[in-house]
Amino acid sequence: MSDASIMPAHPPVTDWVNDFDHTDPRWTENPYPIWDQMRAVTPVAHTNRFQGCYMPTTYEAVRQISHDTEHFSSRRVIVRDERPEVARNAAPPITSDPPEHKPAKQLLLPPFTPDAVKKLEPRVRAICSELIDGFLADGKCDAAQAYTKYIPVRTMAYLLGIPESDSDLFVKWIHQILELSIKNESMLVQAVQEMTAYFTPYVEARRNSPGDDLISYLLKARDKNGQPLEDSHVMGTVRLALIAGIDTTWSAIGASMWHLARTPSDRKRLLAEPELMPTAVEEFLRAYAPVTMAREVMKETTVQGCPMKPGNTVLLSFPSANRDPKAFPDADKVLIDRKQNPHSAFGLGVHRCVGSNLARMEITVALEEWLKRIPEFRLDPADKVTWSQGTVRGPRRMQILFG
Amino acid sequence: MAGRLKIHVDPGKCQGHARCKALASELFELDEFGNAHEAGDGSVPAGLEDKAWLAEANCPEFAIEVTEE
Repeated sequence: MSDASIMPAHPPVTDWVNDFDHTDPRWTENPYPIWDQMRAVTPVAHTNRFQGCYMPTTYEAVRQISHDTEHFSSRRVIVRDERPEVARNAAPPITSDPPEHKPAKQLLLPPFTPDAVKKLEPRVRAICSELIDGFLADGKCDAAQAYTKYIPVRTMAYLLGIPESDSDLFVKWIHQILELSIKNESMLVQAVQEMTAYFTPYVEARRNSPGDDLISYLLKARDKNGQPLEDSHVMGTVRLALIAGIDTTWSAIGASMWHLARTPSDRKRLLAEPELMPTAVEEFLRAYAPVTMAREVMKETTVQGCPMKPGNTVLLSFPSANRDPKAFPDADKVLIDRKQNPHSAFGLGVHRCVGSNLARMEITVALEEWLKRIPEFRLDPADKVTWSQGTVRGPRRMQILFG
Repeated sequence: MAGRLKIHVDPGKCQGHARCKALASELFELDEFGNAHEAGDGSVPAGLEDKAWLAEANCPEFAIEVTEE
């Protein structure tokens, strides 16, 4: 079954400021001019679609909402047509609000510090190298399907201690949860059921014989009363690791490579000045931030002069914030040596992405290993790059020619 | 001539983005959760002033304060 046949059509948008729709094909193709148009009119736009939804367009509006956990709940982190019943322990801590949020977040932080993720780097380098071995001789590849996808999915499998060979299964669930479920709730239910069925035996096995993987770490964790986490919390966090750790980094690596494939000057400069890599990675994260989160308005409030009413959700667009020219000079230009870059790609406030250090390491290693083996490359002019739809944006088909 | 610089991380604002540690590893330390605090008493050794300003300018939470003594 094709995606189109299971996704009800939305009417095309004619007014982006008052009737926006993040599933419109034009938004998927190139959202930046749309956001510029919205931002020029209002710091907070509204649409009646999705049962009512706001979108902050400026850096300040995104920052204010991100920091305001009193008026805005994280219990819904994806803006969908339907509002499924809120599940307890859906995917803590991303779906948690204070006061439950902090303990759930704290327990997940130690395995994701810069020093902790450094230990995973050799495996990530090996994964990249193995993937390149698989297509180097062909002189071309679909980098989105053969390279950028498998780096985070295999890294996350390695971190969880499950077989890297099950990667395609994880990709399928994530596609159902992050893209198809926006317009078809049953996809969400089906994917969550399958994930639970898949992971249950692994969780049981680790309970009896722990290893040094993330599942074992969660089973060993104790709350402030010395109690182990509830089973639903462990499962929710495993779900979160897959959902939040794969599509996102896949998209960030892909968008960075898309930029380098079509911008030979930046590619050559990175080859000549590899010390620029950290600054370049931050700039790719700013300019092509893949992740848009969601909130639900719980109490009436005002943001940047705009009233926001309960019953509506919020499309919390970190990517639009990062393109706000009031916050970033030359916001629409990609400057790989940009010095001042306090971007919001990993969110702002208490929900800062727990995996940000892992993502940065994966993006850096993916680009370094690719540039080492394939220093010259470009987009195939005979093919068309396609982008994912919904709340995580990145290339999903990207034919690249080497040399 | 400018005085010596001192840095301070506001622990109430820091969310562990770790940008400061990446840009100025000599000036910041991370705790077990990855949240940052200034190394030592926050005094910036001579020659590292630019790194202190860079860390301040890149903190997404505006949690770093640089002052001249």
